[in-house]
Amino acid sequence: MYRILKKKQIVPNIHLLVIESEVVPRNTRPGEFVVVRVDETGERIPLNVVDWNEKSVSVVFMEVGTSTRKLAALKAGDELATLAGPLGRPTVIPENKSILTVAGCYGIGAIYPVIREFQARHNRVTTIIEGRTEMLLYWPNKLHKYSERLIEITRDGTRGVKGHINDFLPGYLEKNPTDLIYCQGCTYLTYLVSQLTRPLAVKTIVGLNPIMIDATGMCGVCRVIVNNETKFACVDGPEFDGHLVNWENLLSRRHTYLEHERRSLSFLECEKYG
Amino acid sequence: MASKIVPKKTAMREQPAKERVKNFQEVPYGYSEAEAVQEAKRCIMCKNPTCIAGCPVEIDIPGFIKAIAEGDFRGSIRQLKEKNVLPAVCGRVCPQEGQCEKVCVLAKKFEPVAIGRLERFAADWEAEQGEAPVPKRPPTTGKKAAIIGSGPGGLTAAGDLIRLGHDVTIFEALHKPGGVLVYGIPEFRLPKAIVYREVDYMVRSGVRLVLDFIVGKTATIDQLLKDFDALYIGTGAGLPWFMNIPGENLNGVYSANEYLTRSNLMKAYLFPRYDTPIIKGKNVAVVGGGNVAMDCARTALRLGANEVHIVYRRSKTEMPARIEEIHHAEQEGIIFDWLTLPIRYMGDEFNWVKEMECIRMELGEPDASGRRRPVPIKDSNFISPTDVVVCAIGQSPNPLISQTTSDLKVSKWGNIEIDKATMKTSKRACWAGGDVVRGGATVILAMGDARIAARSMDEYFKTGVW
Repeated sequence: MYRILKKKQIVPNIHLLVIESEVVPRNTRPGEFVVVRVDETGERIPLNVVDWNEKSVSVVFMEVGTSTRKLAALKAGDELATLAGPLGRPTVIPENKSILTVAGCYGIGAIYPVIREFQARHNRVTTIIEGRTEMLLYWPNKLHKYSERLIEITRDGTRGVKGHINDFLPGYLEKNPTDLIYCQGCTYLTYLVSQLTRPLAVKTIVGLNPIMIDATGMCGVCRVIVNNETKFACVDGPEFDGHLVNWENLLSRRHTYLEHERRSLSFLECEKYG
Repeated sequence: MASKIVPKKTAMREQPAKERVKNFQEVPYGYSEAEAVQEAKRCIMCKNPTCIAGCPVEIDIPGFIKAIAEGDFRGSIRQLKEKNVLPAVCGRVCPQEGQCEKVCVLAKKFEPVAIGRLERFAADWEAEQGEAPVPKRPPTTGKKAAIIGSGPGGLTAAGDLIRLGHDVTIFEALHKPGGVLVYGIPEFRLPKAIVYREVDYMVRSGVRLVLDFIVGKTATIDQLLKDFDALYIGTGAGLPWFMNIPGENLNGVYSANEYLTRSNLMKAYLFPRYDTPIIKGKNVAVVGGGNVAMDCARTALRLGANEVHIVYRRSKTEMPARIEEIHHAEQEGIIFDWLTLPIRYMGDEFNWVKEMECIRMELGEPDASGRRRPVPIKDSNFISPTDVVVCAIGQSPNPLISQTTSDLKVSKWGNIEIDKATMKTSKRACWAGGDVVRGGATVILAMGDARIAARSMDEYFKTGVW
């Protein structure tokens, strides 16, 4: 069992968990993830590691289905049934490049350790965080610390630039020569950014989040098509060149269990929480 | 003497096929004490028994059977456990017909002694008596062994080493111990309670078990070697193969590993009580002809499929599955499409598999495996409806360890290379065995490898000579 040291709702529906572990942090590098299972009947789900020290790892997640709802209901002192990791390949960190990082949703947490490493290796980092409205943006100061420039975008204009990433990104790239774009967030955001940067031929690395079970390469549920080849996101990824990803396949595979997820959630609400 | 021999094995009662396809409970019930004694008495106690050599872990087969024949069940299980740490498992899943029972002297004229059923009986009898007492630990040698993977090989190596007084730690990547016995083999063939009982016995014997620890990631082999004197790598064959045909990434197409892991390890058959879902197809196609394919097909039936097909490119004779498994599958109504090869899967507008195209095959000249090579028959293509496909065509070793251990020699298929006499790898203080060396093989061969390795590790601990 793995003790929760801290639990906090950062913004509506997005939570931070700090989990006690001396073993997992030892080898953790930016871009890697852990698998957690809340309780004995729980699923195994992958979550990006957003920070770690000698005694703990931290994850940020969005509350959407049964597993994340159960996770969100935990409090400090509670225990997780499973914590395993680090998993996946770490982010490839270039040196002395001009990098634009784009993040939304739980991806805002996920980019934190990566931009920290980008900066440590003398890259010039600009970070864009985006959300529907002001109260969905978080960690601006933490992220700004490792970015030369932080740009906030909200669709309703309540903070920073008003609009959507697709209104902003092409113009930005025109004015600011960029060697690499690094994007974390929901599949829609990573897809959208990849579509926007493809015609501009700016290399774009995206963190993907397909369904996983063991996350050690054993089951193959996380397979994604990259450059017309089948890859396992858990051991070959989860970061890939966004211009080479078959997005249609990824999106449909992510929706495999939509109906089950609905059923599972109503079961949870009725049976477990009355 | 020979005239008194009962020609046939004592039958084992089992759940009727009609009933069992609706549940995940074990199919055969096992022998009663009277049945076991009756069967044990069929053994003629050869002076020079051939059966022992047929067993990869060298169980004293006539010895444990004699004890059963005399009603000394405790003596029987004691003898078994001297050589086999997992008798309840092997009694159920070993391919005895190709090993001990194949070389049983009786088999020349009659049915062989039902060695597997008797092994199972002795182990189950012990379990019914309550918690099995653990043997006294010998004085510790102070040598530390790490076992990577808690499957049948890892458990065997751990059992052998702890008995010799070494300090043993097992590292398991998943959240339950047992490896393939837990994620792969279904409940109706091997109840998980049996595996956990055996693991518990191991832990009570002094073995340390660390779950959720992925060697290669959580710690590398080199990091472990700082804390341990020797390592045994028994990580199995956990990388599923696909056929690389169009449509394999459609929704509803599973690898056997995924399908079985969902159902067995994650208990998706109990969804929504358990959170992990599984698609319950109406018309399921399982591609492949081994035991894993049989397990997937029979799982699909129990999940409620109307029709389950085994699609296999060779004929029944070439099927690698155990005869008993094929029989069980046939009894349960699995449809066998022999000499049939899938060539593509077609999806609907939402990317869900809805049809598969296959081609008929015929058998040509023997290939490298000695089996006749299947050759496509021109223009024999046909399309059939399907809503779940399970690809059970084999797997290769998981690369997490080999990728992170530079001086560990592996073949181009990713199998770890070893010296067969000792199971030593190319890396000092590292041994390996089972599927990570062999590719997809059997539980008992993995156990045999582990036994050889444990012996060699013990010698290394004593002499320090690599």
